[in-house]
Amino acid sequence: MKVHEHQAKEIFRKYGLPVPRGYPAFDVKEAVEAAEQLGTWPVVVKAQIHSGGRGKAGGVKLAKSIEEVQQIASDLLGKKLATFQTGPEGLPVSRLYIEEGTQIDKEYYVAITLDRSKSKPVIMVSAAGGMEIEEVAATNPEAIITHVIEPFIGLRSYHARELALKLGLPKNLLNKAASIFTTLYKLYIELDASMVEINPLVLTKDGNLVVLDAKVDFDDNGLFRHPEIMEMDDPTQISPLEVEAKKFNLNYIKLDGNIACMVNGAGLAMSTMDTIKLAGGEPANFLDVGGSANATQIANAFKIILSDPNVKAIFINIFGGILRCDRLAEGIITAAKEVSINVPVIVRMEGTNVELGKKMLQESGLPLITADTMWEGALKAVEAAKGA
Amino acid sequence: MAVLVNKDTKVVVQGITGREGSFHATQCKAYGTQVVAGVTPGKKGENVEGIPVFDTVNEAVEETGADCSLIFVPPPFAADAILEAVDAGIKTVICITEGIPVNDMLPVKQYIKKYYPETVLIGPNCPGVITPEEAKIGIMPGHIFKKGKVGIVSRSGTLTYEAAYQLTTRGIGQSTAVGIGGDPIPGTVFADVLKWFQDDPETEAIVMIGEIGGTAEEEAAEFIKSYVKKPVVAYIAGVTAPPGKRMGHAGAIIAGGKGTAAEKYKALESAGATTVKNPSVIGETVEKILKGM
Repeated sequence: MKVHEHQAKEIFRKYGLPVPRGYPAFDVKEAVEAAEQLGTWPVVVKAQIHSGGRGKAGGVKLAKSIEEVQQIASDLLGKKLATFQTGPEGLPVSRLYIEEGTQIDKEYYVAITLDRSKSKPVIMVSAAGGMEIEEVAATNPEAIITHVIEPFIGLRSYHARELALKLGLPKNLLNKAASIFTTLYKLYIELDASMVEINPLVLTKDGNLVVLDAKVDFDDNGLFRHPEIMEMDDPTQISPLEVEAKKFNLNYIKLDGNIACMVNGAGLAMSTMDTIKLAGGEPANFLDVGGSANATQIANAFKIILSDPNVKAIFINIFGGILRCDRLAEGIITAAKEVSINVPVIVRMEGTNVELGKKMLQESGLPLITADTMWEGALKAVEAAKGA
Repeated sequence: MAVLVNKDTKVVVQGITGREGSFHATQCKAYGTQVVAGVTPGKKGENVEGIPVFDTVNEAVEETGADCSLIFVPPPFAADAILEAVDAGIKTVICITEGIPVNDMLPVKQYIKKYYPETVLIGPNCPGVITPEEAKIGIMPGHIFKKGKVGIVSRSGTLTYEAAYQLTTRGIGQSTAVGIGGDPIPGTVFADVLKWFQDDPETEAIVMIGEIGGTAEEEAAEFIKSYVKKPVVAYIAGVTAPPGKRMGHAGAIIAGGKGTAAEKYKALESAGATTVKNPSVIGETVEKILKGM
């Protein structure tokens, strides 16, 4: 799960990390009040969306007066902001963060995430802060200093001091920097984060270290331990269909194509998307109905899929293991009664109780197109989508 | 022979009195697996379809000689369950549980590596392991597998079934199928299983099914290059997956431009594996290779 910068900074503040003063604002009036509350100029008006690259996209602006705050806030709020991470569609800006200005001398980068090949967390620091770290990694990898963290002892002060020294930070800030790094690791572990990032960590003109931008991604599997973080979820930042699907316990991701798929298992769901593409079509979504789907869930899955106006055909690809084919067939038949299915439906199923499932579908009288393999199903779906 | 599990493997099911645990323990037993014990704390003395239940794994091991554990314990307690099995001397721990917090797995992985280097953890978030017609230790539908000479290793459950089914319908059996699971910290990686299959005299060819995210497939490619002499047919799911979106499995996400299917295919091809882009031709491709041998 992702959270906004202002939420990440709120968390950072609780851990005692040096974050500039600032307040979230949901409308122009609140933005003005926040600026007045800060009482210093300039202030920074920052669009809050779940994406990096906001500065370059025009989502972070300096304001020197109340009028400028008003102008910038009304320009940003209610608009969509497209960054290199969001794609051309962009994400809606429904809140801002108003922060006191910072006099920047130097910018650094700090992040902690999981090194999957080592199965250990890794801290990465760099003196090339303020830039996209992917770009630094590609063009100047030596500029990134990494330390793999041993889970049994964690990130200790001496590790952190060594990193600070390698960064070339002023000696008088050695302990302060080290404490920022170790605190960040404490937060990463305690809150079940999957990624924490400070980009940039700023050395100010008056010689202080300040967290200028903060990012935290949380491990969805750990959220049950952190109800206060679950409350930070902002459904405006994901597609409404994905929000809807979540309620039904369905794993749905909207894509741009016109052939919807309904599959059991994440791997097979990805494969089905790939096969549609190979067959010359474009998948409209990723949808994993899971291993224990029942008739109601299949019906809900149909509702979600059909709410996407782009969908011209539906390809159901189920390998019955735990989810038996007869149960799937029952779901399809129930759904067809509840929801009006106005696009062709191609069904490929295999596995447990497949004969019974096929028989149920045949006897239902529903206008279904059947296929014996994934490939045949994909070809038929592409054909059907063209005709629709 | 086969790898990891066979007809002599004695299984204890942790979380056996839960809905999933009792259902699958019964299914595994019906397949012919020696399911000798179950564990649910506080339920000692009960039984599930004749399988005796114990309070601790230690007791279960002492009383029944179990050497393999199959775990269905819910996510908040699953990391503990793995450690309990490992400390009780279980040599093969298979964890089906999906949704274990990644940070819970950090110490588990390192603990096993440091103190029990001989112990094998499969999963978590995996379908389990099957040696057809000998032992099914997991949640896979047993009837689509057939005894034979092709080893399967996969990060995805349903794709394992898909591959096995394509082989079985062509009359090609499997030595063992190992589902290593879709989590970011897996107990066992592709390279481990590839080594077992290379060293297993009964396995003649290997099917490897990967997916986007992480670098396990690239590491597998390195290993294939240096160690594996048997033919490997590889498929990677998620060519069309967009970056930054978690595709179901916690581990299946393209992050920071890393973990794409294209990179993985490239690595596997340069290692000499036969790659297939269309998952429907996995069986056909294996058949051709076996005929040419």
